[in-house]
Amino acid sequence: MLNVGKIEEGFVLDHIQAGMAMSIYHHLQLDKLDCTVAIIKNARSNIQGKKDILKVECDVDMLDLDVLGFIDHNITVNVIKNGEIVEKKKLQLPKQIKHVIQCKNPRCITSIEQGLPHVFVLADEEREIYRCKYCEEKFDRRDL
Amino acid sequence: MRHLMNPLDFSVEELNRLFDLANDIEADMPKYAHACAGKKLATCFYEPSTRTRLSFEAAMLNLGGSILGFSDAGSSSASKGESVSDTIRVVSCYADICAMRHPKEGAPMVAAEKSAIPVINAGDGGHQHPTQTLTDLLTIRSLKGRLDNLTIGLCGDLKFGRTVHSLINALTRYDNIRFIFISPDELRIPDYVTEMLREKNIPYEEVIRLEEKMPQLDILYMTRVQRERFFNEEDYIRLKDFYVLNKKKMKLAPPDMLVLHPLPRVNEISVDVDDDPRAVYFKQAQYGVYVRMALILTLLDIHVD
Repeated sequence: MLNVGKIEEGFVLDHIQAGMAMSIYHHLQLDKLDCTVAIIKNARSNIQGKKDILKVECDVDMLDLDVLGFIDHNITVNVIKNGEIVEKKKLQLPKQIKHVIQCKNPRCITSIEQGLPHVFVLADEEREIYRCKYCEEKFDRRDL
Repeated sequence: MRHLMNPLDFSVEELNRLFDLANDIEADMPKYAHACAGKKLATCFYEPSTRTRLSFEAAMLNLGGSILGFSDAGSSSASKGESVSDTIRVVSCYADICAMRHPKEGAPMVAAEKSAIPVINAGDGGHQHPTQTLTDLLTIRSLKGRLDNLTIGLCGDLKFGRTVHSLINALTRYDNIRFIFISPDELRIPDYVTEMLREKNIPYEEVIRLEEKMPQLDILYMTRVQRERFFNEEDYIRLKDFYVLNKKKMKLAPPDMLVLHPLPRVNEISVDVDDDPRAVYFKQAQYGVYVRMALILTLLDIHVD
């Protein structure tokens, strides 16, 4: 069995759906951070069968948890300080997300206007439906 | 500072105040003849829409204000590649209020975010056309005396017709509204609209024949089957004559039913219906001017005693 060492300060993102770790790595823009990241794929899980885990050694304020909540709000976020779990954060669907997904409506102003942010607003929490702020194009988060 | 992007931007109470003002303008136009003296309206139309543009311009001129602007993208700096964000910042220096039409959905909202003056969405692609909805509501309220307890038939292109979707959304805020959707299968009302009505417990029916439900209607809202909404010419030609309102069909309608149409019509309402007192689509165009006058005054926060 593969062992990955403890981190002193940062996050352990647990219960990531198997196969999604790299996607989360990119969405959290971890490639742009100068910190240690461990990506564990297909770890054994009693609940999920298989799961991915991300360990990120960084300042606890550096991650945008809204993005994480959008990608998968079932992920467990363990906040680590001095090598110990000090908090388990509960993720929620964010009210608004910016630059995570792009509006695919070819008639949307975002398709031609330079420099416009791609902003989606939570329209239906129960059904996890977001809509483009500008053209109201629907995005079903479960299709992610 | 407020903008108007969507008909639902105003609460029911705010709409009531707007419509009261529009009716006061209708009753006493001279009182408002100089209300906007020294103010300028910019009409920024990135695609041609003579009717809407003239209605806005007439509204501002009736209020004693001035107008400036462009009527298609080719005659604006957009043809040189200027962004909407930049254009509105420049227009903000020239005018006090702006009405913007744009083929791209959400463009007026981009303008509103950067603007120093109120922006009115005068139609953004197939998305919203709030002043048309305000016109429709004012027409119904003025001629029927109410916006609740109504059975409304919507006929024609219910799939692509943004005026229809906006009007439905706006009417769902009033009590005891019932919708009857009359369209061919190809142009049926989208599922998201019927889903929304089911969630709000608002009754609706979908039928194919116009004659079938005529006797039950308080309002018949006719729409044009628009060529530009079709990807293929054959479909357009096949469907455009599907629903034509004529004198014979009007005989089936109640004596106080009103026929509305956002105009321009092609042939979906036969000209022999025009003289019927129930045909109010040209009055509707007049109400469009009154409601735009009331909107300009409201957004500019101008009060006339």
